[in-house]
Amino acid sequence: MLKLPIYLDYSATTPVDPRVTAAMIPWLTERFGNPASRSHAFGWDAEAAVEEARENVAALVGADPREIIWTSGATESDNLAIKGAAHFYRDKGRHLVTVKTEHKAVLDTVRELEREGYTATYLDVRENGLVDLDVFRAALRPDTSVVSVMLVNNEIGVIQPIEEIGAICRDKGIVFHVDAAQAAGKVDIDLKKLPVDLMSFSAHKTYGPKGVGALYVRRKPRIRLQAQMHGGGHERGLRSGTLPTHQIVGMGEAFRLAREEMADELARVRALRDRLLAGISAIEATYVNGDLEHRAAHNLNVSFAYIEGESLMMAIKDIAVSSGSACTSASLEPSYVLRALGREDELAHSSIRFTLGRFTTAEEIDYAVELLRAKVGKLRDLSPLWEMAQAGIDLDSVQWAAH
Amino acid sequence: MTYSDKVLDHYENPRNVGSFAQDEEGVATGMVGAPACGDVMKLQLKVGRDGLIEDARFKTYGCGSAIASSSLVTEWVKGKTLDEALAIKNSQIAEELALPPVKIHCSVLAEDAIRAAVADYRKKHEEQ
Repeated sequence: MLKLPIYLDYSATTPVDPRVTAAMIPWLTERFGNPASRSHAFGWDAEAAVEEARENVAALVGADPREIIWTSGATESDNLAIKGAAHFYRDKGRHLVTVKTEHKAVLDTVRELEREGYTATYLDVRENGLVDLDVFRAALRPDTSVVSVMLVNNEIGVIQPIEEIGAICRDKGIVFHVDAAQAAGKVDIDLKKLPVDLMSFSAHKTYGPKGVGALYVRRKPRIRLQAQMHGGGHERGLRSGTLPTHQIVGMGEAFRLAREEMADELARVRALRDRLLAGISAIEATYVNGDLEHRAAHNLNVSFAYIEGESLMMAIKDIAVSSGSACTSASLEPSYVLRALGREDELAHSSIRFTLGRFTTAEEIDYAVELLRAKVGKLRDLSPLWEMAQAGIDLDSVQWAAH
Repeated sequence: MTYSDKVLDHYENPRNVGSFAQDEEGVATGMVGAPACGDVMKLQLKVGRDGLIEDARFKTYGCGSAIASSSLVTEWVKGKTLDEALAIKNSQIAEELALPPVKIHCSVLAEDAIRAAVADYRKKHEEQ
């Protein structure tokens, strides 16, 4: 029996895996010690749990546990990485490079640094959502100090060529930060091989709890940061604040499970995503946003032509998805990511992000496809634009009375 | 966004969806809005020899409130003279559907659609 609405928004957040919840509970109750308490067993017990979690997080991404700093989430990790490196290396230069399709946690952090007097370049992406390496190379300057490029895009799921970008940065002595909030447990990450200096992680995108994340800070060659949060000197002075043991244990358990189950889970999720793609592709005038090949297995972002976004969302309320209209409508914010793909020439379409996960079933996908087929058909029967398109009228040639 | 029951009813069961042939006797068409603005309404009236609106059809690209506004208008114009149809005000549409302030423009667009359709009818019949 299907339970409605069906959750297909795993990139917004994931449910905490019941095994993770079970691991967390004791650290809220009888094992409540402060990991920073050095003088008694309560503290030692909590500290051991924090260090075990640190090892689990490090193991998923091929890092040394000493390279993992606990934060409150990927937003904080992005802030600490970009501001921390920009501030520490300010004498080297004050130019930053990032990409227009980055998460707001990166874009707004770079904007803030611009207000502090730094300059920044926001790179365009190609039509498939990927960074063009020649464009990237051309944007670098002698005073470029920090580059930030995400691994998996949150809206369109494309995987950026961070290995190549990292190699260019390494060659020029530029600090390279990667936001991997959407990537941990979704794509292979091996920081032993990747030329990445700083990497941000979140627990709640990988079946862990909200409110905890981590920042990878490379030791060899050593990357230094200026702390953004001051206090008791926790996390080697990089991030003060009492460690939330239960949250950290949850993140550790979530990342341990991800490492153990990733191969099977990705194959299963990919098969479901492809089933969804096949179902949607059978509907006329739909197209996928972002490269399909260089893409995380759980993401599908599709535009439905000649249908307005809000009415589509209203029609498919039995599935929980994210919408990002590429054009401006009264109530839906246009997606800056889709705009960056250069899709604004398509005046009348609405886009939906489907993100699948650990608890998605084939039955749910089939239901979603059937619902989309029926509702898209219904809304097109209502759409004068669809009627015009069927009659062979080019909508761009029409003189619209803008209001 | 929460919708009133009347908006939901018109959205789920839109009245008079469809199109008349443009060259059919007594048919007038009004198309208003723009895809870039997120809504386009096409309203068609079929006017009888006695000058009364016999029938109406609509198609709308837009949000639920835009669909409901145009669906409602097709019901209201039937049996009216063109002047009576022109007397329908956006405020009446908004009130009937309990549109929230951010959706008032949908009712304005529906009123515009009536004006455009009536203007089309009058233009065609002046030419004759």
